Amino acid sequence: MSILKFFKKKTKKDQASLKTDLGILVFHNTSEVIRAENILKEKGWKVRVMGPPPEIRSGCDLVIEFPLIEELNILRILEEKGITPMDVVPENSPLLKPVDLFNVKDYGKFLMVRAANMKLTVEKDTLIIVNISGGGCPDVPYLAQRLIGKSIKEVPEPRELGHTLCGYALQLAFEEMKRRCLP
Amino acid sequence: MFAIVGTVPDNRFPLVEGKVKLEQDMVLIEGREVPVNRGTPALIAAALKACEILDISGPTVFLVGDIGTGEGSRRLYEYISNNLRHREFNSITFHYLQPDVDWHNKVLFSIEEMRHRPLLIADAGFMYGAKMSGLANSYDLFTPDAGELAFLADEEAPHPFYTRGFILHEQNSVPELIVRAYRHKNASRILVVKGKKDYIADEEGIKAEIDYPYVEALEAIGGTGDTLTGIVSALLAAGYEILHAALIASKVNRVSGFLSNPTPATKITEVIQYIPIALKEILESERSYYEYR
Repeated sequence: MSILKFFKKKTKKDQASLKTDLGILVFHNTSEVIRAENILKEKGWKVRVMGPPPEIRSGCDLVIEFPLIEELNILRILEEKGITPMDVVPENSPLLKPVDLFNVKDYGKFLMVRAANMKLTVEKDTLIIVNISGGGCPDVPYLAQRLIGKSIKEVPEPRELGHTLCGYALQLAFEEMKRRCLP
Repeated sequence: MFAIVGTVPDNRFPLVEGKVKLEQDMVLIEGREVPVNRGTPALIAAALKACEILDISGPTVFLVGDIGTGEGSRRLYEYISNNLRHREFNSITFHYLQPDVDWHNKVLFSIEEMRHRPLLIADAGFMYGAKMSGLANSYDLFTPDAGELAFLADEEAPHPFYTRGFILHEQNSVPELIVRAYRHKNASRILVVKGKKDYIADEEGIKAEIDYPYVEALEAIGGTGDTLTGIVSALLAAGYEILHAALIASKVNRVSGFLSNPTPATKITEVIQYIPIALKEILESERSYYEYR
């Protein structure tokens, strides 16, 4: 079936289900929502204030819709202005939570931690990051370029340099690595 | 004629289209040099190495700088959407692009308008966008690793970061996740799942399993998935049928890794240099097998 025909057959419900790349920022009160909206719009983000989906039972009566992939970047911008959302969820499935399963592989001289699709490997003696693998967003090669060859004690955290959910997954792997390797 | 579409981690890198060359550990395009560290440059380097042995011309490459803000990716999406319909390619491989459903769909629309529909291969961010759009089955080949397969298998997850624990859990075997990905129409016509054991599958089930040689250190090395996608792209351009190309690519990638005698600290460039030897060896062994039969 051609893609054009596929789209013609889509119902309204189906079209709604295509909003899979959007997320929702949940705040304690509407004044935070307004401030956050202003900050993000000033920075050029395409965001929208709307009512929360029924699954969200906390926060105020308004939420902000944003491009989910760029969650890490958006959270950093808000944090710089002193605003921290009480929750961030995918719009399509608001009950989903970030991964909290870590896969750890001990290579003897090296240790690898995987969080979701991101893997971080460190030389145990020196704590130097020797490899970063996995992931698919364009900040992954950038993060690898910035982090490889540096010690996890000194390097900026992935959340300070990354922009996307892959960057966020690498941050989780980084935190787990630090938890295992640092006193 | 095949094409590769992706990004390099440098915001100053402009949008370029052109033929590429490999010199030492650098990809050369339109008078610019890109280091082969991982990501799309590693994919391109692997494809070029395979092209040498297959005796075919290298890919046309569409590249732009993007460090994760998505700005470069969106410019490239726009360029591709406006220009693809006038081009002729046997296959197009989409790689590290910021996942974006709207732009992904525009690109697919423009492919529909091409005179001959090329084979479509997707990996990394573009594969995430393809799954998120609900149009994964428009693709001929995806090359996920086990973590990405779990994401494809989770009909709810918008990104691997949100894959649900009960699906991501290691107790789930790869074959089960493949079935689940196809059940929810979140897989391409053929899947190559790379890992401890590589699986090649379609909607009917597993077609091949490749587990030799197994080199544990390869999992830690950034770019080993990119090289697999590059090799399979070149084989498809050389006219190999998809299942056969996937099988050869998987073997070549594993043998190249083995020959590089890697540790978890090895760089992908050290693996890529063995692709020609590995490909030659695998093609020779296939030839002898068929002659013997």
